[in-house]
Formats: sequence, C-alpha cells, structure tokens
Amino acid sequence: MQPQPSAAAVTAVLSLDGVIKDFPGVRALSSVSLSLYPGQVTALVGENGAGKSTVVKILTGIYQPDGGAILVDGAPVQFANAQAAAAHGITAIHQETVLFDELTVAENIFLGHAPKGRFGLIDTAAMIAKSRAILTEIEAPIDPTTRLRDLSIASKHLVAIARALSIDARVVIMDEPTAALSHKEINELYDLVDKLKAQGKAILFISHKFDEIFRIADRFAVFRDGQFVGDGHIADVTQDDLVQMMVGRSVDQIFPKRISAIGKEALKVVGYDHPTEFADISFTLHKGEILGFYGLIGAGRSEVMQALYGITKPSKGAVRIDGDVRIIRSPADAVAHGIVYVPEDRGKQGAITALPIFQNVTLPSLHRTSRHGFLRLAEEFALAREYTARLNLRAASLETAVGNLSGGNQQKVVIAKWLATQPKVIILDEPTKGIDIGSKAAVHEFMAELAAQGLAVIMVSSEIPEVLGMSDRVIVMREGRIVDELKRDEMTPEMLVRRAAGIGDTE
Amino acid sequence: MSTTERYIPDRLQSPWARRLRSWETLLLAVAVAIFTFNAFASPYFLNAWNLSDATFNFTEKAMIAFAMALLIIAGEIDLSVASIVALASTAMGAAAQLGASPTSLVLIGLVVGLLCGAFNGVLVTVMGLPSIVVTIGTMSLFRGISYIVLGDTAYGGYPAGFSFFGQGYVWWVFSFEFVLFCVLALGFGVLLHLTNFGRAVYAVGNNATAALFSGIRVNRVKFILFLLTGLMAGIASVCLTSRLGSTRPSIGFGMELEVVTMVVLGGVNILGGSGNIPGVVIAAFVMGLVTFGLGLLNVPGIVMSIVIGGLLIGVIALPRLCSMWRR
Repeated sequence: MQPQPSAAAVTAVLSLDGVIKDFPGVRALSSVSLSLYPGQVTALVGENGAGKSTVVKILTGIYQPDGGAILVDGAPVQFANAQAAAAHGITAIHQETVLFDELTVAENIFLGHAPKGRFGLIDTAAMIAKSRAILTEIEAPIDPTTRLRDLSIASKHLVAIARALSIDARVVIMDEPTAALSHKEINELYDLVDKLKAQGKAILFISHKFDEIFRIADRFAVFRDGQFVGDGHIADVTQDDLVQMMVGRSVDQIFPKRISAIGKEALKVVGYDHPTEFADISFTLHKGEILGFYGLIGAGRSEVMQALYGITKPSKGAVRIDGDVRIIRSPADAVAHGIVYVPEDRGKQGAITALPIFQNVTLPSLHRTSRHGFLRLAEEFALAREYTARLNLRAASLETAVGNLSGGNQQKVVIAKWLATQPKVIILDEPTKGIDIGSKAAVHEFMAELAAQGLAVIMVSSEIPEVLGMSDRVIVMREGRIVDELKRDEMTPEMLVRRAAGIGDTE
Repeated sequence: MSTTERYIPDRLQSPWARRLRSWETLLLAVAVAIFTFNAFASPYFLNAWNLSDATFNFTEKAMIAFAMALLIIAGEIDLSVASIVALASTAMGAAAQLGASPTSLVLIGLVVGLLCGAFNGVLVTVMGLPSIVVTIGTMSLFRGISYIVLGDTAYGGYPAGFSFFGQGYVWWVFSFEFVLFCVLALGFGVLLHLTNFGRAVYAVGNNATAALFSGIRVNRVKFILFLLTGLMAGIASVCLTSRLGSTRPSIGFGMELEVVTMVVLGGVNILGGSGNIPGVVIAAFVMGLVTFGLGLLNVPGIVMSIVIGGLLIGVIALPRLCSMWRR
C-alpha cells in the first residue's frame, strides 16, 4: 500500500486521515482528520458528543477505526490494542486518572514495563531510581515509594504524566486534565505542559475551558457531531470564532417543538443547597412547559435532578408540587408524588437490562396492574403493550430482555415505564445521548407531545441544538449554580456556550 | 407521532416450551436417575416409611433454603442461619427449664429467629455493610452466645407436647415436618413468582441501582428478606430441637453451607438476579435422596459430603460443558 500523506501530515508525528467509526445505529466519527506536531499543543474543541472521546480511544488503540488511516510519521499503522499504541509512544492521561491506589508511585509509573533484574524479577531499586529521575525532571516533589492513595488528585496527575514519560512518549493526550484541579494546581500543570513541549513532544489537549486553550495551545481542531469542522493556529482565531465553529451556524435538525399553552405551576424548587455539588438552586416549572438545563459536564445539573428525585439529600431547600410542599426522601416518594426521572446512564440506572421489556415497563406501576399484591400478567402485558406502542418501540416480543435492544429502544422502554405511572413532572437527563437519529427524533417528538398534553418536562441536555430546539426556557448552570435563565426567543447558541463556560464574565 | 401501530407479540414461545428446556428439567432428571439407582441398589429403599424417614434429611435445611433463595436472588446472603438455629434452640431450651409450654417454646424460637434476622438486616441495610461480612460475623456471634450459655452442657427435658414438631405425623407416613415443608414451598413459590414483592426481589437482584431509580424501596425489600430468613431459621430450629429432644451449642453446625449448596444446586444464581423455588424444591429432594441412598449402602458421612460436593460441581458444570462441546 502506498501511503499518500497530505501536505500537513508530512511533518506530523501522529495523524488521522478520514477516520470513520460506527457504533450500532450511530456514526460516531465520519471522516475526521487530525494532525499532531512535535513540540506543539493542539487543542481539541467540541461540544459533548462531538466525538472527542472516540478520537482519543482510536489514537490509543482502544477502538479500531471502521475506515480511514492512522499515520505515524506519515506511515499508515494499525493499533490492534492499547499496547500497540503505547509501543508507538502514544500515551493518554485521562480526566479521571486510571492508576492503582494500592501500588506505590514507582510501581504505577513502571507498571507493565518495569526494569527487570536477575531471574526476571522486578529490579525495585532501579525502578525507584528511574522514577525519582523522571519526577525530578518534571519537578514533582513526590517520593516514588509512597502509595498512590496518599496523594492528592493533582499529584496523581503528575504521576500519570511521569508514567507517560517513562514509556518515552512522543505523543501525550490529555483529556480534560484540569477538570478536577485547583487554580494553583492548574498553573503547575500549564508549566509542565510547556516543559513537555520544550522536549519536543506532541500534545493533544482536550478542554472545554477557553481561557486555558488560549493560554497553552498552539493549534486547534474543532469537531462537531462526529465531523471535522476546521483546524489552524490558535493565534489566528478569537474565542468567538471557536464558539461559532463549535455550535455551527445553522440548526440543521428539525425539531417538532410546538408552542403549547403554559399552564399553572407544577413544580417549584426553593433554595436547594448541597454541601459539595450545588448551591442556591431555585426555579419554577409549569404544566405544558419544557424547561432545559444547559451546562458543561460537572456543572451540577444531574446532581440537582437526583436530589429532586430523592437519590441524594440536599442540605437545605424545599420542593412544592402542584402548590403543596412535599418531602422527598427516596425515589419511591418522588414517584408517589408524580416526579419521575429518566437517568443519563440507561444501562446502569434506567433499565434492568436482564429483565424482559414488560417487567421493566410495569415495575413502578405494579400496584395498578395487581390485586392485593398478586401479579396479574394479562394486565401487565396490556399496560406494557399500550405504552410501548405509543413510543413506537421495536422489539421481537415483550418478553425480550431490555439488554438485547438498541440504545434508542432501551430509552423508549425507560420512558414508557415512567409514562405508565401517569406522572406530573418528568425529568429527562440527556435523553438522546448515544442513540440513533431515528430514535432521537421519536424521543423529541414524544417530548413535545407530552408537553402539549400538559405534562411538565425538565430536560437536562448538553446538546445545544436539542436545547434550542426543544426548550421553552433554559436554565444555564455553571459550577453548581444557576448563572442564567433564558426565554425561548432570547436564546442563541453563542449565548449558551458563553454563559456555561463563563466567557466574558468578570471573575 | 405517526399512528402506525407496530405489533409486538407478548411472547414468542409458550411458558411450557421454555420450562421444558430449563434447569429444573435437568435437575428433575437427575432426581429420577438417583431414585431409580437407589431402588436397584438397596432392597430397603422402596418402602414408604423408609422414604418418609429420608425426608428428615432435608426438610429443615430446605425451609431455610426457600428464604435463602429469595435473599440470594436479591443479591445478598445470610451465612448466620445455622447459628440462628443454635441460638433459638438455646433460648427454647432455657425456657423449657423454666417450664414453658410447647406453644410459648415455638413462639420463643420464632421471635429469636426474627430478632437475629432483624439484626443482620439493620447492619446490611441501615449501615450499608456487605451481607457476606456481616453474617460471617453474626455466625460467630450467635453461636458464641449459645456456647457461653451452655458450655459443655446440654438442655433436655422438653415438654411432651413439643416433640410433635420434629417427630409427629400428620397422616400416615407424612410427618409434620414434611407437610410444613410442602406448605412453605408453596408459600415461598407464590411469594416469589406471583406477587409484586417477588418481582421486586428479582429487580433488586438484577440491578439494585436501577430498581432504586424505578421507585422500588430497595432497603425495605432487603430488610424483609433478612427477617424472613431469620424467621425460617427459627422455624427450622423448632423442628430440629423437637426432633433431637435436646440442645447442644453445636446444634446444626455447618448447616449454612448445605443450605447454600441446596439453593445453588436449585439453579439460583449465586450472584443474584435469577432462580426459582421449584428448582430449590427439586434440589432438596436430590440432596435428600443422595444422602439417604448412600446411608442405606453404609457409606460413611465423610464420603457423603464428597459426593454432595461432586454433585454440586458436576450439575453446575454440566450446562457449561454442553455449550462448550456444541461450539
């Protein structure tokens, strides 16, 4: 095979050329290209779901592309697994570092490639000495013999970086490395990135924070909906340019939002506080309204919803449903008072995947399909049939285990389950994340229909088109607080991104 | 939304068709095979009274196994059941020394069982501790109390009416224990397979988080199951104490492992989520038949436990081996 490197790939250490990645029902990446150059930091920018994580997994050999090529020094390669990528000097530092708490720093750094002594045993002394050398090189004041569990999150990041250096990495991928760090630790990380740059390493830096992108990146690449939008030198663009590229100029999906009559107050949350996750959350939701919650990952949106649903306990605050003050201590209480929650993590929280469809649908409604606590299968099937049909579910039979369905159909089962309880308020947490376009449209259409029927809907979403297309009103959250509330006719994509990221704020 | 109603059938195969290919069918075949083998191996086997005697090998364990099956399906376990038997028996013995009536003795046995179950349940659900650790602890604790109370001595002198529960016959060869076993099998079968509570047990065992998110009161379900298991250990203690007519602190020693063996042999997934009561009932018969048959052949007890262990591994490994050959 004759490699045909593009002009840019000639000097790139690592590049993707027209890479495609498909998941069942979804094209995660369609023909994306990306190039990393020695001694340069490339920032990868994009909304949630733009395909950034998929790219990282392809670069590190965890996923194999379904099309296109990976080029190292301009020559096409294939990474059969993570070890193969590591052998080419590619290493990733993840948002939540994948290290081992019970091992020492040195053992973590050299896990899998420890220096061997006689009889093939690990040469501990050499390992510690080498670790110390690397840690000194990055000016990390960490003793290689301490156990990892005794270190702060920031120090763990330094260990992860040391590990990256120990395999003589040429390419270092950092996936939101500053998400969990304090201000001071972030500055130390920037210094370290500069140092790695000076050593000629190519760095891919994934971040949602514009200030840090402009602080450390030399180049940028923007993805949107699994597609490559553009790249270039960071010096040539402004924050506004990047925001424009991220959100796109047109909302190309058609949303079935109907202007429904907004009714009386359905839910009122007053002064919700949580010791660590959020503070001072107050909002009102009306019948027939779709209220969007927008923010970056970690802004505390799901945490607020889970407190509202009785999963976690807020330290302060009150909830009124239909004008009555209610105390919600558990999801069972919430369901009894008419609040239901479609969680983001379908497989772990939404559906019981090993159980059949009809049992999932009827689980919270068993008191209605049973007599004196005894199951009545005929009524269960009838209820399941009614609600799965309303959602246009596709399945072999109602006895099919939910785990055998596609993501979109699993989501329909979860929604059917909650509609069967005839709720007053439905909270949808990232309702269309990772599901195919067809199911996505069905979910959107159904949401609009529910609101039109007078149900109060909260939609937590990180997808800007969805937020813009579906919501009557949007609450923007950042760092556990509500920072803005926008009406449907006031919203623009740029405004949402800016408010969520805190661009243009005086801090 | 378009109104193209898509037809999704309720079922693709009838419940009977599925049952035919199930674990219970295999287990039933094993039971029949052992029965036939025993009938040929010993002339004393096919005798109504001998067979009736044989049921005492499993009735008490099976009573506990029914509740344990629900507990294991829900993703928890109680290893303290044999020690609950000992503690309940000790309490009954102490009361008998004070002249308690048979009725009050039974009540004492049941209440001690319930209290022990509640203790386990509180530690697991309120404190959030893993049940395997909690019940290994209470296993030592409960039996330890019996040892402190009794030391090397034993309680005897139970009132005459008390012997019915372990030695009495309801009709012809059908002992009180066997009838109780049948009633409890039915009761637990109904509870697990025909009620909302049983559905919640499966939901919790398959995915406790999703069950919680679906509005199931997960901790309440688990607590009730620990209570039930304690209660069944109390009932088993009444039967066993009545049958033996005396209480030593070592009563029922090692019973918890036989109970768990019975549950797992009955096709209950040790990791939770699946299993059923008919399977456990058949497993009880299989274990009873094997012990009885080997007893008739004068096989020593040590060999018997080897056979039971081999049986467990064999029956569990069989389906896995079959699917490996098919590939």
